[in-house]
Amino acid sequence: MKFTLSWLKRHLETDRPLDEIATTLSMIGLEVESIEDRAKALAPFTVAFVKEARQHPNAERLRVCIVDTGKEEVQVVCGAPNARTGMKGVFAPVGATIPGTDLLLKAGKIRGEASNGMLVSEREMGLSDEHEGIIELPEDAEVGQPFAATMGLDDPVIDLGITPNRGDCLGVHGIARDLAAAGLGRLKAPEYLGDAAAVPGVFDSPRRWLRDLPEGLGAACPYVAGRSFRKVKNGPSPRWLQDRLQAIGLRPISALVDITNFVTMDLGRPLHVFDAAKLKGDLTMRMAREGEEILALDGKTYALDPEMVIIADEVAPQGIGGVMGGELSGVTEETSEVFLEVALFDPLRVARTGRRLGIHSDARYRFERGVDPLSAEWGCEVAARLVAELCGGEASGVVSAGALPDWRREIALRGTRVQSLAGIEIALPEQRRILEDLGFGVTEEPERLLCQVPAWRPDIEGEACLVEEVARIHGYDHLPSVPTSLDGHLPASAISTLERRQALARTALAWRGLDEAVTWSFVSSRDATLFGGVLDELKLINPISSDLDVMRPAILACLIPAAARNVDRGFPDVGLFEVGPQYRDDTPKGQDEVAAGLRTGLAAPRHWSAQSQAVDAFDAKADALAVLEACEAPVGNLQVTTDAPAWYHPGQSGVLRLGPNVLAHFGVLHPGVCGRLGLKGPAAGFEVFLERLPVPKAKGGKAKPMLKLSAFQPVVRDFAFLMDADVPAEKAQRAARGAEKALIAEVQVFDAYQGKGIDEGKKSLALAVTLQPVEHTLTDAELEAVSGKIVAAVEKATGGTLRG
Amino acid sequence: MTNELESLRSEVMDAAAAAADLGALESVRVGALGKKGSITALFKGLGGLEPEQRKLQGEALNRVKDEVAAAIEARQSELADAELEARLARERVDVSLPPRPTRLGRLHPISRTVEEMIAIFGEMGFSVATGPHIEDDFHNFTALNIHEEHPARQEMDTFYLPENAEGQRMVLRTHTSPVQIRTMQAVEPPIRIIVPGRTFRADYDATHTPMFHQLEGLVVDETTHMGHLKGTLVEFCRAIFGVEDLPVRFRASYFPFTEPSAEVDIGCSRAGGELKIGAGDDWLEILGSGMVHPKVLENCGIDSSRYQGYAFGMGIERIAMLKYGIPDLRTFYEADIRWLRHYGFVPLAEPSMVRGL
Repeated sequence: MKFTLSWLKRHLETDRPLDEIATTLSMIGLEVESIEDRAKALAPFTVAFVKEARQHPNAERLRVCIVDTGKEEVQVVCGAPNARTGMKGVFAPVGATIPGTDLLLKAGKIRGEASNGMLVSEREMGLSDEHEGIIELPEDAEVGQPFAATMGLDDPVIDLGITPNRGDCLGVHGIARDLAAAGLGRLKAPEYLGDAAAVPGVFDSPRRWLRDLPEGLGAACPYVAGRSFRKVKNGPSPRWLQDRLQAIGLRPISALVDITNFVTMDLGRPLHVFDAAKLKGDLTMRMAREGEEILALDGKTYALDPEMVIIADEVAPQGIGGVMGGELSGVTEETSEVFLEVALFDPLRVARTGRRLGIHSDARYRFERGVDPLSAEWGCEVAARLVAELCGGEASGVVSAGALPDWRREIALRGTRVQSLAGIEIALPEQRRILEDLGFGVTEEPERLLCQVPAWRPDIEGEACLVEEVARIHGYDHLPSVPTSLDGHLPASAISTLERRQALARTALAWRGLDEAVTWSFVSSRDATLFGGVLDELKLINPISSDLDVMRPAILACLIPAAARNVDRGFPDVGLFEVGPQYRDDTPKGQDEVAAGLRTGLAAPRHWSAQSQAVDAFDAKADALAVLEACEAPVGNLQVTTDAPAWYHPGQSGVLRLGPNVLAHFGVLHPGVCGRLGLKGPAAGFEVFLERLPVPKAKGGKAKPMLKLSAFQPVVRDFAFLMDADVPAEKAQRAARGAEKALIAEVQVFDAYQGKGIDEGKKSLALAVTLQPVEHTLTDAELEAVSGKIVAAVEKATGGTLRG
Repeated sequence: MTNELESLRSEVMDAAAAAADLGALESVRVGALGKKGSITALFKGLGGLEPEQRKLQGEALNRVKDEVAAAIEARQSELADAELEARLARERVDVSLPPRPTRLGRLHPISRTVEEMIAIFGEMGFSVATGPHIEDDFHNFTALNIHEEHPARQEMDTFYLPENAEGQRMVLRTHTSPVQIRTMQAVEPPIRIIVPGRTFRADYDATHTPMFHQLEGLVVDETTHMGHLKGTLVEFCRAIFGVEDLPVRFRASYFPFTEPSAEVDIGCSRAGGELKIGAGDDWLEILGSGMVHPKVLENCGIDSSRYQGYAFGMGIERIAMLKYGIPDLRTFYEADIRWLRHYGFVPLAEPSMVRGL
């Protein structure tokens, strides 16, 4: 919402400086988005007198002008046809930057004649498209003065971001009302507003307003009024009006059109004027019919549908209700008979219509935010007054159809409520004063104020709204700062088990050298298919691009391309992880919290003391186990199976599970998948499903079991077995552990070998078994016995044999 | 005999002193004090002497034996020291070589900032609540008093999903506020929660990304008023930015789900083109807030004539950018390891109020 300071001052009697007005606007909820002071940009350009303009000796179309700038006389070469002796124009000195072209003006010679400055056009000053000639200033303009002041351009333009609830502030008058209530001055009605401005009708309108709305749809347009005007002259509007409109970025068109735009901006009341000569019969508010269309004022043709309210004459649609008028019945400079439309529309229907047609108009913007219903009455008078003033002619009496909706409501404000909701003590008389200044009728009752809501405030719905009105005008600076108390208790844990796990997973993975990434929740549907695809219900209807059109089925779908980008930038050894969501379906339970990550390149950078090794499945397995261990999952009980999903290397990947409960996937990522996602070279990744980890028992507190230390030294015995190559090592390890549970503390795999010396299809697996005696040092016989059990158990489980 | 002993003594002593290594010294020791050693042999001759003579000679012999033994031991430790010295000298390495590589990864500024926020609000008795990213219309809009044609709804650039089997058109939540609704539906007041999480809007330019993070707060009880809201947010702003006297300003505004509503600005200065958080001549808008709209309470089955409270919401990236001087929003999601290592955090000290943020 744009307006100028002088425009505001026609509604607000104030002596406050612009800064204070701007701060107050922002503080009371009418946020200042910008203040444009055009006088600043135009400061170098001054009023100048053309003392002499003579023909350029070497160019037919140019003139050599001697210009009195007030300070000196300067020679300027000018190409404008209207440059002539005795005129006053706008002088641009050497060194100034021309706003319209952004060029720095230099002294020079044009066809041999010195030119030390410029006489400028409106286009060069950035004021309009006018470039036929240079600006001509009135004779009384004072030479040497800034031309901006002379032309009334020194008027700061204020732009407010009006929140959707404040339709009443989409007119300068409403803004002035808020400022007056906030103590910045006195609200005043311009001369065209108020009872005194009424224009009596001198003839009966030859045209009527009709409503033809189906049963139940009366509220789509509850009321419309208008008048006829005859013998009007629709020339250009006066300078003051053109200046106003131009200042806020509107193009002056003709007096009649400018009046409608002015009333829209000034009072928040959209109007429409029809060229009555182009209408057939009466105008009717009705629903559009299937197949109807209209050429609108923006020059485009729109197809209408039966949900839309239109204004139609006996032949065709002439306007889209609340949105835009029709081109064919619009006024032109030849118009002498006019029919006025001042209507009320259902805000929701206007919003829907506008959205469907893709039309953003000043009328729609106001109607969908709520227009003062009473303006349908006073709007007829304001329009008539301005038409009479600017275009002459005669006005008819008012014709209307429908009835003004009942807008009257009373809301009680308890005397204590501002204090109990906003926390500010404001004396009751001051509360009353604020509400009355905002236009509320206030009746004092015991312990409450009964407030009659003004017609222009449809947003005021309840007591809380009244509290807001009082508090914001009184000023939020008066809000006390009261600490949120803890009632004397220490706070309980702020986070749940899942959130704790997420934090632990992050810490564990960062400790392992991976960097945390945060990537989009969406991927391309093409990439999603590499990870099993997504249900149709997870495909966005309006994606930001086809690269981000479905909810990601796996975090790795984002991390693999992210790793590829890093590799392509020249960083081959990447370690990334993300702790975040992936999506199975569109229900609240269809979102999984996952810690996923990957490594590419070398497991550790090349180093003088170590063999460098490419990342492999065991790096990923260690990452997954680190997360599980950090989250206190029972790592010792995990089983490993080889059924990882299709985006892993089928022979170098695994699943960590507790029975049927899959806690994690790990392994070398499938080269085909990586390749399709742009990642060259091997990568190892993992996915840990944080919500699937068993929840530690809440019962029994946090005490750990009693530590039992043995007084006797542990003994380590090594065993090597020969077995089929495809027997999982874990099987041997598990069998060994179970051979004598009371004695065997740990079983490590310290060698796994295939190759020379071992038969094809076989492998040698070496286990180091730690025996922890509890009661006495083991005798040789006991050692022999337990060794026998271990060998037997492993041989049975693996089908292998002890190597001699 | 005395001269003989004396010369034997000096002979052995010289040999010990001359022994070049522990092996040679051991030979000297065995040659003198071993079973067949020269000094041991002299003891054997004592038996044939007169008692008087034997005593004298025995004392002399023992003295020589002790002296020799001590000399050999001294030489032994000398040689051992020298040998150790020599070994250590051989074992010298170039300690300027780099150690075996281990590297700490870095935590993303978003998760760090969320942890900091939890640390602050946790001190004030808030607990964390979360909710689904894919929401229905009721939780994301209707219950929050944003009806279908509400201009606020149109301005939100909502991502839509196709109609599902239940005939519902789900959306990606445009804010974390639906978790307010889910919480109020699930638990009785008093309520005191914060809600960090992902949010989505169909907008992508220099200052908007289709996904971003918000942190929402909600308090509902019988007495909390806007002064409590101000107290909480003033404390929060000062704690998160670590500026004790940070000016905090409440400005009237509008949100469909709060009444009264306020936007919150913090003080800053832009002197010399550099943005500095703190007392200054300018303001930065950082969050929206207000008293929960009675209709929102009623939509969740909470009696608005008895209960009231406040809600607030802020962009996590915005806070992180301001606090840590990160210039570009879009870089948060690019997973560029150079960026992550520069702006990320070592995973060592979890943020806490007690230890300082």
